[in-house]
Amino acid sequence: MKHIQLSHGGGGEEMDVLIRDLFYRHFSNEILLRSEDAAVLEVNGKIAFTTDSYTVTPLFFNGGDMGKIAVAGTLNDLAMMGARPLYLSCAFIIEEGLPYETLERIVVSMKDELAKSGAKIVCGDTKVVPKGSVDQLFINTSGIGEVVLSALSAHHLQQDDIIIVSRDIGAHGACILASREGIELQSALSSDCATLWPVVEALISENISIRAMRDATRGGLSAVLNEWAISSDVCIELEEKNIPICDEVRGICELLGMEPYDFANEGTFILAIDPCDALRAIEILHRFSMSSNAAIIGNVTSHKAGRVILRSAWGSTRYLERPKGELLPRIC
Amino acid sequence: MQDDKALFDIFRHPQTIQALSRKIYQEALKLSQPLKIMEVCGGHTHTIMKYGLKQLLPDTIEFIHGPGCPVCIMPKERIDQAIDLARMRNTILLTLGDMIRVPGSESSLVEERARGCDIRPLYSPMDALKIAAENPTKKVIFFAIGFETTTPMTAALILRADNEKLHNLFFHINHVLVPPAVHAIMDDPQNRIDAFIGPSHVSVITGSKIYEPIAKQYETPVVVSGFEPVDVMEGILQIIAQKNENRSEVEVQYSRAVTRDGNHKAQAMIEQTMNVRDTFRWRGLGDIEHSALQLGENYAHLDAEAVFSQFLSNEPIDDHKLCICGSILKGLAKPNDCTVFGTACTPNSPLGSCMVSSEGSCNAYYRYGNVV
Amino acid sequence: MCLSIPSKIVEIEEDNIAIVETMGVRRKVSLDLMADVVAIGDYVLIHIGFAMGKIDEEDALESLKIYEEMIIAMDEEERRSLIEQDDNCSNRSI
Repeated sequence: MKHIQLSHGGGGEEMDVLIRDLFYRHFSNEILLRSEDAAVLEVNGKIAFTTDSYTVTPLFFNGGDMGKIAVAGTLNDLAMMGARPLYLSCAFIIEEGLPYETLERIVVSMKDELAKSGAKIVCGDTKVVPKGSVDQLFINTSGIGEVVLSALSAHHLQQDDIIIVSRDIGAHGACILASREGIELQSALSSDCATLWPVVEALISENISIRAMRDATRGGLSAVLNEWAISSDVCIELEEKNIPICDEVRGICELLGMEPYDFANEGTFILAIDPCDALRAIEILHRFSMSSNAAIIGNVTSHKAGRVILRSAWGSTRYLERPKGELLPRIC
Repeated sequence: MQDDKALFDIFRHPQTIQALSRKIYQEALKLSQPLKIMEVCGGHTHTIMKYGLKQLLPDTIEFIHGPGCPVCIMPKERIDQAIDLARMRNTILLTLGDMIRVPGSESSLVEERARGCDIRPLYSPMDALKIAAENPTKKVIFFAIGFETTTPMTAALILRADNEKLHNLFFHINHVLVPPAVHAIMDDPQNRIDAFIGPSHVSVITGSKIYEPIAKQYETPVVVSGFEPVDVMEGILQIIAQKNENRSEVEVQYSRAVTRDGNHKAQAMIEQTMNVRDTFRWRGLGDIEHSALQLGENYAHLDAEAVFSQFLSNEPIDDHKLCICGSILKGLAKPNDCTVFGTACTPNSPLGSCMVSSEGSCNAYYRYGNVV
Repeated sequence: MCLSIPSKIVEIEEDNIAIVETMGVRRKVSLDLMADVVAIGDYVLIHIGFAMGKIDEEDALESLKIYEEMIIAMDEEERRSLIEQDDNCSNRSI
């Protein structure tokens, strides 16, 4: 079995072969194959530009892998700003000794994920570092998209806006946590990792009045909503029983004493919508399998500015806090 | 039962919670005076906060959050010892959950981990066996914490380690006992506690009989309740009924899991491996006699406190001068009576035990204080 | 004080280990602390990787019955008191 060696990042022949046989082969497109020092791009009007670095253990998990996240994550950041994803850069930092086959599986998965939006990888970089310098593989991707719907912002929430979540929450975080060493929970749960552009494009093309969108990645639902409540200086009130959560995620939370609202997602987004358009938005979301159980979970009020309030099914309320520190199993 | 969810659903059913709330309102009208109920256990504090139960109760029912959070009551000198152990060469320090966040006198285990110490939070103590076997050249030390619920798991681990003749797995025992802490609170003549919600899972192990002397001596009802919202609400209803009928008994609301005598096997395993310390210092409550356990003499060779004593600091560290956690734990003061509450003492930099973990009352007040 | 979740025993393995399930999530637990014999289908409480006690299903179902009766009784009481209030209403027009 072939392994990645330091020479694969050395700038010589081995590196050329790696780039040609692996990256060019799978990411193939005209701009990339030109192999210039920089990709020259044609873009009309306003663009959105974003970057993110990816590290996840394990590299492969139920429902996805690091390659899929590295593409979907950056594309989703563009989509959340109302931008059609066009171009990506992609840098690999590889630990010496990573099996070639592992890297190839990840690259193929990136290619498959790119096909879902039509975005292209147009430039890249490869570094190989000595064993122990990184944990197997780090990937950085930056993305450029054409802004189709402007004026989306965390600052734009208004009283009476409706809050929608695109699917059941917490699947990715619960899935990763369950597979972590020492916890080892078995379930059929798979990560929600997905490229959101197709559904976002449908919402935009049907003129839904969206005030803000955000994919609920690290920090989960609670981080997004707290940020919105503070940025827009409004109160967000949620009906706890309307927040979709699947049984396995609930089970993992029960076992570890955690809250699903804090769990990371990789293909779940939150929307703040003009109340007149809420039902139409739900109807559109339900057409896509990745958001077939989208739900209205709450609304924007002026009750306690800057805070997120959860209402229980029996009429009590509490604040939904922003997650703090490392997620650790609770013992008491 | 059709599925395991039913066991949760019965005890989280919204209509049952509301019906219990109405019933409590009715019954509380007959009370001769307001009731201060201590929920001894951090798990109950968590339930009350998470499910917003205080909002479903009349103002005449007040909760006093008790000392039953093993993370909160851990004195700084013991955390300092954990840090001393973690800093030894060739050492892996193991502990449970959010213990690693709690600050000692100068540092915390999270900080030490960032500085390069090998510190691992465990989900199950059994994993210590595997870690010790995989690292034969390293000293693996289990920093054991918890009340009676968690003690038998440590006992089981000690017995397995001894049986497998693991020479490199050691124990730093910080297991504490519920009844002495309750006595320490009640023996303060100024305490104002009228009744107790008894711990759920401590009682699964010990049985409900351990509270009988408390109910009798202080004439306070003790109702052992489960951790679900229906359990806590029903427990409160039973306490009110006892008060209205002038009874002070131990009752078990959590009868699906708790018996009078508890889990004999677990009790025997604790007795076999550990014995009671003369005294132990509790953060917030100070020194309490016979309130904690240590490794038994037969296992002295596994006792990190003995084996590595030359590395361990042993200076008692006083609670912060301005901290009034002791009074709060006795129901004499509220968190906002404290001059450092929310200013010098916050969840991110706690001075006192009640601010340390999410089950502490100051921490809960800080986060839920100006409640909706 | 400690987190503990009702789970169903679905398999029993060697060395006193069982597989338990909670809402579709399975994990290994030690049976070292169990005094009674446990069987597949039993409900147990799990704390940090150990089964610590059985849950009496019949007792739980008994509670369910009591709660259901209580809800009916409370609803009935509320209905009556509403009728009473209505009857006592002075400016009632027929």
